[in-house]
Amino acid sequence: MSMKTLIPIGPYHPLQEEPELFKLYCDGEIVTDIQWVTGYNHRGIEKLSESKTYEQVFFLVERICGICSTSHPFAFANAVEEIAGIEVTDRAKYIRSIIGELERIHSHLLWVGLAGHFLGYNTVFMWAWKYREPVLDLFEMISGNRNSYAMFKVGGVRRDIENYKIVAIRKVLDDLRKKTDLLTGAVMDDPVIHARTKGVGILTRQDVIDYAAVGPTARASGLEIDVRKDDPYAAYPLVNWKVITSKTGDVFAKAEVRLLEMYESISIIEQCLSHLEKEKEGDITVKVTEIPEGTGNGRAEAPRGEVFHFVVSDGTNSPARHKIRAPSYVNIATFKKSCIGQTIADATITLAGVDPCYCCTERMAVAYDAGSGKQIMNGRELIENSMALTKKLKSAHKERP
Amino acid sequence: MEKDPIIEKLKEEFNTSILEVTVKNQKRITVSIKPDSLPGIAGYLYKNAGFRFIIASALHTKKGFEIHYHFSRDNEGLVLNIHVILDKKDPQIESLSNMFNASNWIEREMHELFGINFLNHPNQDKLISEGNWAEGVYPYRKEFKTPEEER
Amino acid sequence: MSFKSHCFKKSLWVFHFGGASCNNCDIEILDCLTPRHDLERFGILLVGSIRHADVLLVNGSINNHDRERLIEIYKQAPKPVLVVAIGACGCTGGIFADSYVFAGPVDKIIPVDAYIPGCPPKPEAIIAGIVKLVQKS
Repeated sequence: MSMKTLIPIGPYHPLQEEPELFKLYCDGEIVTDIQWVTGYNHRGIEKLSESKTYEQVFFLVERICGICSTSHPFAFANAVEEIAGIEVTDRAKYIRSIIGELERIHSHLLWVGLAGHFLGYNTVFMWAWKYREPVLDLFEMISGNRNSYAMFKVGGVRRDIENYKIVAIRKVLDDLRKKTDLLTGAVMDDPVIHARTKGVGILTRQDVIDYAAVGPTARASGLEIDVRKDDPYAAYPLVNWKVITSKTGDVFAKAEVRLLEMYESISIIEQCLSHLEKEKEGDITVKVTEIPEGTGNGRAEAPRGEVFHFVVSDGTNSPARHKIRAPSYVNIATFKKSCIGQTIADATITLAGVDPCYCCTERMAVAYDAGSGKQIMNGRELIENSMALTKKLKSAHKERP
Repeated sequence: MEKDPIIEKLKEEFNTSILEVTVKNQKRITVSIKPDSLPGIAGYLYKNAGFRFIIASALHTKKGFEIHYHFSRDNEGLVLNIHVILDKKDPQIESLSNMFNASNWIEREMHELFGINFLNHPNQDKLISEGNWAEGVYPYRKEFKTPEEER
Repeated sequence: MSFKSHCFKKSLWVFHFGGASCNNCDIEILDCLTPRHDLERFGILLVGSIRHADVLLVNGSINNHDRERLIEIYKQAPKPVLVVAIGACGCTGGIFADSYVFAGPVDKIIPVDAYIPGCPPKPEAIIAGIVKLVQKS
């Protein structure tokens, strides 16, 4: 009779060790079940929203998550503008899309870095985060802050991207393209990374449909869903780009989708910049006098998938009800399918593959022994376990003739 | 304005359950239904019509506890909101989580925040309230004065 | 030289505790380790256990659930330990201070030695704050 052991999975953040998100139940080395415990990140944002004016809510929802900071204001703006029947100016559309895509780039680079760290490739972590810095500098130039850019308002954007800034943006993007080539090559062609990520953490197409997963998690399993194409908003229908999908649904496919999406983002931004140069500067808002009674379904494609905001207006200056659904809410649940049957060593990279934005949802956790109640491996030890496997595979690869 | 094929289909299959249809435009439709018919309609949307479950939003209003179930037909960009109104004193409705996994967590969350009971939910355990607020407390419920109190 | 200054004379080992945060501050803290700022060249290390730490960095608004954990972490930290509250949420609760689950800013729960405001504070601000703190002690 085998004893079931319970192993906690450490936090996604390589530095934090605190419980609790996932309790992994293990039979020997294989994960047999997962439970989720949360509450650590709950801030009562939906209720806070009801006590703020529509303009103030933008600052609130921006801080739901620091990494996909702009997707929430984007979806919220779409929802409120739907209630009020407002269409923003073309210039505002281009600026909104530029901010959204710059964020996608910085978020995917962040993910590549962290995934590299979990696999034991700390150089990838350092490189990816180094190449993120110019993107954050661009944000600072455009909006005044590296994160939480406060660019959105009902009816448009709060700051313009003047022509003199466009030159600087283009330069960073050119450079970024070369750096993305470098990262993609390093990650996609490495045989040990193939060994660690191909066939690992597979999510089938049917699983994706059952859990209603979204974003790169769904696109890596062959489902071609992307809010920017399905329910177009801002400047996305005005420029040329394609939705990236992959077939195998494993961690490798998820990495591939994210890396290739960065090229599409760079292309979208460049096209938007060309349009901006032709438009008149300064035409960035429309006048909004009131938000009438009604409901709005606002969506945006965050780096992790579809962000959905449902806003109910009662004609006053504050939302009567504001429901927020971040993509990680549906994506993290898929872990139950992609992680069960894997070894403990693969658990961290499988989790990272979903790219959980733990503040959009909750934070990750640690484990206990099911039989004795003792902790077997904490989060840091799980990551170290994963790194040890990479080391083993690397030396095995070198020994091959 | 109500010529959308999905509305026609729903009316065909579930005529007596549909209370009201509001079509804002071809991409945003709200259908109010009787709570008992939710599993049938949701099942039809998911299995037959290829809709994806986005999320469910609960509200506490003077009419009672309202839930909007949001479904998306991705290739058309259509968001279909299925709207139910539940009893003020004892809000309950059949869980959808036995049909698909996508609604499991949000039903647990709505249970913790509003006190709505989801019948036959596979595991209506705490999701976010552990350590944050006491059992029996439903932070998103509102206090409404009765008409007598308002006078 | 006091015992405290002696402890903090050389490289600082830092433990990071994130409350209910949006992660901006967490990322800016991590950013301090990356090549542009590269704090590790000064011997500043982020450690995985509070028992190895000289400095406890706290960010995020603390909700009822986190409060117990934070107190536990502080108790486990070998004294002397310097506590730094990072970001608007760490200092005052920021935009989440009105929430029904907010359990008070960090200094209501454990004693704080330094505050680094910002939303999020830039890595330069974090470094400046830590340097000021070490010079003061």
